[in-house]
Amino acid sequence: MHSTDFVDKLQLREDHPDFKPGDTVKVHVRVVEGSRERTQIFEGYVIARKNSGIRETFTVRKLSFGVGVERTFPLHAPTLAKIERIAVGDVRRAKLYYLRDRIGKKARVKEKRY
Amino acid sequence: MANKAIVATKVGMTQLWDQDNNIVPVTMLQVKPCRVVQIKTNERDGYTAVQVTFGQKDPRKLSKPEAGHFTNAGVDAGERLVELRLDDVSTIEIGQELSADVLEAGEKVDVTAVSRGKGFAGVMKRHNFAGQRASHGAHKVHRAPGAIGACATPGRVFRGTKMAGRMGAEKVTTLNLTVVEADPDRELLLVRGSVPGPKGGVVVIRGAIKGGS
Repeated sequence: MHSTDFVDKLQLREDHPDFKPGDTVKVHVRVVEGSRERTQIFEGYVIARKNSGIRETFTVRKLSFGVGVERTFPLHAPTLAKIERIAVGDVRRAKLYYLRDRIGKKARVKEKRY
Repeated sequence: MANKAIVATKVGMTQLWDQDNNIVPVTMLQVKPCRVVQIKTNERDGYTAVQVTFGQKDPRKLSKPEAGHFTNAGVDAGERLVELRLDDVSTIEIGQELSADVLEAGEKVDVTAVSRGKGFAGVMKRHNFAGQRASHGAHKVHRAPGAIGACATPGRVFRGTKMAGRMGAEKVTTLNLTVVEADPDRELLLVRGSVPGPKGGVVVIRGAIKGGS
């Protein structure tokens, strides 16, 4: 319980699925271009979730034309139209920064088998 | 002087998103309804102000003079008495309740409070001195002030030279903060940016005297 909770609660988004570091997600981001609004998709591995409450953020890493690209999103941002969890990863750590130093086949995350 | 003022307690900081989806850092202040206990007028006191109280206090814990002061005004005793300097007090009556709706969103305000006490602080923290070298022969002087004066002329240290000493726990005013939300029903006031003092500290909010809206 935090003293600022009763203001924060109004801003929290409950509509996102559960996802963890290692998961593959599609993030649908609302982008405003002039007067038009469209949705952009950013797909990649979740490599970190940081902070808690209204300040929580997550970082998604993907390879774009051979270059690693990372984007950090505030979890509760109104600009996020939707988050889709595509695959569940099998990882042992909470922060997957080691993926940055890997290239090729080694830079993949194993998918969880049940 | 300001034309509107209110007293509040600091709750803490958080963030919001505005219409353009930008993050706005805000300080949450709780504005309990303030009861007017006394009105200071030019004729009698030489200046204009209202004395208000807020919250509740056990009447048994009041001193006799305090109890008398509240009874004369016909107002329930509160946690403490705070004086708010105002230009015009003609519309205000004793016993009247002031709440967060004296302010509205978008307005500029000045916020005054007692800052957090830092204790006996060195010159680097207290006066933003640069300190001295970490290596190259520096010995036990890394955070020391260096020279504080000259030699035989003037043969003394000038008064007011910046040195180590007590820091904080003084009255600080932050100017021109924007009101993000003022809601008397929830006793809530959100102000953009930071406000001096610890959580739970008493702050006085007044209409901005410089710049304005």
